Amino acid sequence: MEAKELLFLFIAIVTIASAGLVAFSNKLIHSAFALMATFVGFAALYVFLSADFLAVTQIVVYVGGILILILFGVMMTHRIYDTTLKTIHNPLAMGIISAAALAVILGLVIYRSPWAATVDKPFVPTTSIIGAEILTNYLLPFELVSVLLLGVLIGAVFLARTEEHKK
Amino acid sequence: MISLQSYLIISAVVFILGILTILYKKNAVGILMGVELILNSVNLNFLAFSKYIDAHINGQLVAIFIIILAASEAAVALAIILNLYRDRANIDVTQVDQMKN
Amino acid sequence: MIQTALIIWLLPLAAFVINIFIGKRLPRKGDWVSTGAIGVSFLLSYYMLFQILGNYNPDFALQASVPWIDLGETFKLNMGIYLDNLAVIMTVVVTTVSFLVHVYSIGYMHGEPLYNRFYAYLSLFSFSMLGLIMWDNLFGIYIMWELVGICSYLLIGYYFEKDSAANAGKKAFITNRVGDFGFLIGLLIVFTALGTFNLSDIHQGVSQGQLSGGLLTAAGVLLFAGAIGKSAQFPLHVWLPDAMEGPTPVSALIHAATMVAAGVYLMARLSFMLSLDAMLVVAYVGGFTAIFAATIAITQNDIKRVLAYSTISQLGYMIMAMGVGSYTAGFFHLTTHAMFKAGLFLGSGSVIHAVHHAMDKTGSHGDPNDIRNMGGFKDKMPVTYITFVIFSLALSGIPFFSGFLSKDAILGGTLAFAMSQSNPIHYLLPVFGFGAAFITAFYMFRLIIKTFLGQPQKPELYEHVHESPKVMTVPLMVLAALSIWFIYTLPSVNPMGAAGGWFMHLIRQPISAVAAQLGHPVYIITEHAEHAAHVNGIIISIILAFGGILLAFAFYFWKKVDVEALTEKIKPLYNLSLNKYYFDEIYQATVINGLLAWNNLLKWFDENIIDFIVNFSAKVVRVFSAFDGKFDNLVIDGMVNAVADMTLQFGRGFKKLQTGQIQYYIMGALLGTFLIIIFTLI
Repeated sequence: MEAKELLFLFIAIVTIASAGLVAFSNKLIHSAFALMATFVGFAALYVFLSADFLAVTQIVVYVGGILILILFGVMMTHRIYDTTLKTIHNPLAMGIISAAALAVILGLVIYRSPWAATVDKPFVPTTSIIGAEILTNYLLPFELVSVLLLGVLIGAVFLARTEEHKK
Repeated sequence: MISLQSYLIISAVVFILGILTILYKKNAVGILMGVELILNSVNLNFLAFSKYIDAHINGQLVAIFIIILAASEAAVALAIILNLYRDRANIDVTQVDQMKN
Repeated sequence: MIQTALIIWLLPLAAFVINIFIGKRLPRKGDWVSTGAIGVSFLLSYYMLFQILGNYNPDFALQASVPWIDLGETFKLNMGIYLDNLAVIMTVVVTTVSFLVHVYSIGYMHGEPLYNRFYAYLSLFSFSMLGLIMWDNLFGIYIMWELVGICSYLLIGYYFEKDSAANAGKKAFITNRVGDFGFLIGLLIVFTALGTFNLSDIHQGVSQGQLSGGLLTAAGVLLFAGAIGKSAQFPLHVWLPDAMEGPTPVSALIHAATMVAAGVYLMARLSFMLSLDAMLVVAYVGGFTAIFAATIAITQNDIKRVLAYSTISQLGYMIMAMGVGSYTAGFFHLTTHAMFKAGLFLGSGSVIHAVHHAMDKTGSHGDPNDIRNMGGFKDKMPVTYITFVIFSLALSGIPFFSGFLSKDAILGGTLAFAMSQSNPIHYLLPVFGFGAAFITAFYMFRLIIKTFLGQPQKPELYEHVHESPKVMTVPLMVLAALSIWFIYTLPSVNPMGAAGGWFMHLIRQPISAVAAQLGHPVYIITEHAEHAAHVNGIIISIILAFGGILLAFAFYFWKKVDVEALTEKIKPLYNLSLNKYYFDEIYQATVINGLLAWNNLLKWFDENIIDFIVNFSAKVVRVFSAFDGKFDNLVIDGMVNAVADMTLQFGRGFKKLQTGQIQYYIMGALLGTFLIIIFTLI
């Protein structure tokens, strides 16, 4: 086994383990920090997949943005120092049934699908390619997404503000 | 050589864990975390296919849009959760069933 | 001239509209609007009169019409004005009397609560009456005929808070309906036969024989029925005495001078289409009414009722004149009578006004119309007295007054008619006429003696009686002036006959359409008979008039005859006259009770037979409905309810799936996906 593969195995295990922690941790704040580990693990996997730009984006957006948002959510919906606050759980059984079914399906799909032949291509920095693509072939989705972001910005502010004048 | 299947397996496992998170937790923020897990696993799939099957990098471009959507979704979802908390002083989704009947 | 006539006609309508809507808010409650409107009409009508005097053409006639109702070939109706000498003179009579009554009412009606409405009604009446005179077709005349009827009803019932006034109004209207129904049928006969309402077309149609024989007679008699009602001829005369419940100026205008003369005017307009038999009916109805009403007038004690019966009697004269073919004489009498009878009523109004005020002052109660409360008023009310005497002399037919000329013309006409007929029974007509003339003179002077001469019968009232204001006496004086003979005989001043005067020249018997149809005149009145009748008629009528006056003085002034004893002696006859020949009672017993009995019979039939049928069918329907209802409840509703229940149960079951728990939904979605993929893969 090469070092690269060992590293991959290690990252995969860390990622899956922290994802399991997200799912099964009793304390919400633990789940949040485990989620951060998962995100970082994913970023590392992206590097393995020679997606340099996306790995950085993953760190910046997920860890720097979404995770902070989630932490805010956790803290603002609980008393702020109450790290011992337990999440209340649903019965595990129904989750397990669904998960098992899904596992079977995905396993079948992964092992029985006739995957296309692997394309072996050398690593090239993707940032400039992505920039060119976004402004040419993916221009319409790009514009739509910018409108969507504007809507989200306004919508989120509107939803979150306290409506003092009503009270 | 790391195979395509190994990425797909990691992705599938994280996806199943995300589903489990959604079904298992009653806390709305917890469910939001599960959703993020699922989105990440999908991203991983796209990147894997982009690397192993596609001659170009269309998978990466789709993944970028998914990240943007995930960010928007998180922002709106948190705004809704904050409103819900302000309204009811907890965020247990099993109790949010006024529209039943 | 047509335009002038239109203005004359429409001005009162404008006044009516103004007064009925905003009269109350106008200064003086709007009396000046109505009076001014009729005043202008009055002046314009004299302008028209002078124009026809300028023409001096007996055949003068003007017609103008515009299409009004058009239903294609079947029915076309024009709205038009027909002006001949008759219409112009009638217009002058109506506007004159109406204007004077308007002026007089300013004094008489002063302070009445519904003052503006009174003037509005007077204006509406003037409008309708003028329309009746001018309209060129029978349809329009019928409309206006009914309009004057409704005005009469409104004005009789002017004091509607008094039961007797309200009842009198209803009585007048309903009695008139009887006659008007005849009029309507006559109208329909004419239209069916000739297809037109236009007077000149009717003339032409009758001349050509399109309407002849029995049907023509029937049409004539039925149209005359309208005149019987409106002109209060026997047997529909009962409403006119009761109509005296209205204000006195109204009595003068409507129930003495103009509206009741509308019947005579109608007969004058239609005289060309009266067959011999129809004319005999007209003559006898008129003649009988003349003497019949006169005998009632002798015993009445209500000053206005005496005058009312006198009016009926005089209208009988006019109708009789139309019947015997003395068309000109009849219309002449209408004109002169309108003036002096309006004067008599206004004079009686002046007396009543005075007595009423005296009663108010002394606080005594009683009927201000009753001549037993009067007596000796001549010193207190000189103007009223003198004018009243002039009017009475005119009415009695004393030479130098207008009434003599016209009445003598009628009496001469009837006498000539009787002398020309082979059947001596027709001498009844002049007998009626002369008898009525004698009685008229008698009762008029009985009235004068009891009212103005002799000793005051109620001294306490007498003290407070005083002359009426100028606004009331001036119309009296004007009307008195219009009762002098030479007004009607110019350019001649012969007091014994109007033959050389303008009136007789302008009003000429129209060419009879019936005569044209038959090919010979309807009546053959010989030259000899006419001349003899004229001379004899003058002599007899003068003797009878003076005889009547002398008898009245002998009875009531010099008291040569003990009236009380005489009354006792002929008690049954006296009672008969006093109670108006029990006509109201007879109508009550026959017509009204008969109708009530018939109604009761119908009511019994309704209640016992019709109701039984209705109830029985209702019962059948009810039984069937009950059965039907059961079926509905059990079977139909059962089916509907079963479907509804099923839906409800399904709904209840499926409702459980909608828990509101999103995680269950997610799981459901997952399992669904799972199943789909399984099916795809396997």
